[in-house]
Amino acid sequence: MDPKSFVLGCSAIAAGLASLSGLGSGLGQGIAAGKAAEAVGRQPEAKGDITSTMLIGCALAETCSIYGLIIALILLLNNPLIGLL
Amino acid sequence: MDFTNKNLGVLFEFGETKFYITQSLLATWIVMAILIIFAIIVRIKLTKFKEVPTGFQNLVECIVETMDKFTINTMGPEYRHFGGFFFGMFAFIICANYSGLVGLRPPTADVATTGALAITIFIVTHVTGIKRRKLGYVKSFFEPNPIFLPINLIGEVSNVLSLCFRLFGNMLGGVIILGLAYQMFPAVLKFVVPSALHAYFDLFAGALQAYIFTVLSMTFIMQKGSKN
Repeated sequence: MDPKSFVLGCSAIAAGLASLSGLGSGLGQGIAAGKAAEAVGRQPEAKGDITSTMLIGCALAETCSIYGLIIALILLLNNPLIGLL
Repeated sequence: MDFTNKNLGVLFEFGETKFYITQSLLATWIVMAILIIFAIIVRIKLTKFKEVPTGFQNLVECIVETMDKFTINTMGPEYRHFGGFFFGMFAFIICANYSGLVGLRPPTADVATTGALAITIFIVTHVTGIKRRKLGYVKSFFEPNPIFLPINLIGEVSNVLSLCFRLFGNMLGGVIILGLAYQMFPAVLKFVVPSALHAYFDLFAGALQAYIFTVLSMTFIMQKGSKN
């Protein structure tokens, strides 16, 4: 098999696997939103504070799935493995 | 489709290497021009300050007071003088993130810009720590046990890297999704659907990431500067 097409094919599979890191952030942010809804139900006057705390927590938990997205983008757009062939 | 930073022209040549003007550089210059013109307008229009502010002075005082209260809330009263520094950084990041709405490629979608911002925060953090705690700062890397030294050092590096890549990844994701959306839809839907995507990726995510960057930098500096 042509080495360049093999490397490109494996890079495509690797990019798809790297996108699985979105699973963790989706789960974590869902749990955070659930706890926030529970807290609002317990004390409806604090809704503004709870909402902004939840948004900050969600943006921080998003970071790990962004790392996976960056790996996938590097493999698709500017593949460094081709230069090593 | 090509989502990289395209070269638009040559800035100057130094021997054999050329320094190019890229799309990010042009967008950075435009954002800087807007912020500097706003600052000059404030300086020219407000020569005398009234006791009871009205109009433009009211708006400017509102902005300064909000930033002051926010800095004291997050960092405590002894770090009050950091308010100006963080307002400059916040204004630059939020204007850079919103420049995607007017057709420019956001400068924060380039890892060089976000890397420079993260390195600035790194330098400010450690200089503040050394200035306020002197030798106790170096000793804090050996807490609670000298065997923790590599873990503490890696923690420092990971803070900076996470600041850089969080902003970069969010903005580049917006650029890619909007580029694909503009190409994908037929002419009729091109006016409707991308505006909803702009509302999420540019307006909401841009403002949230600017706020998160500022709040995290304030937290890092406060942690390094105080004994506990």
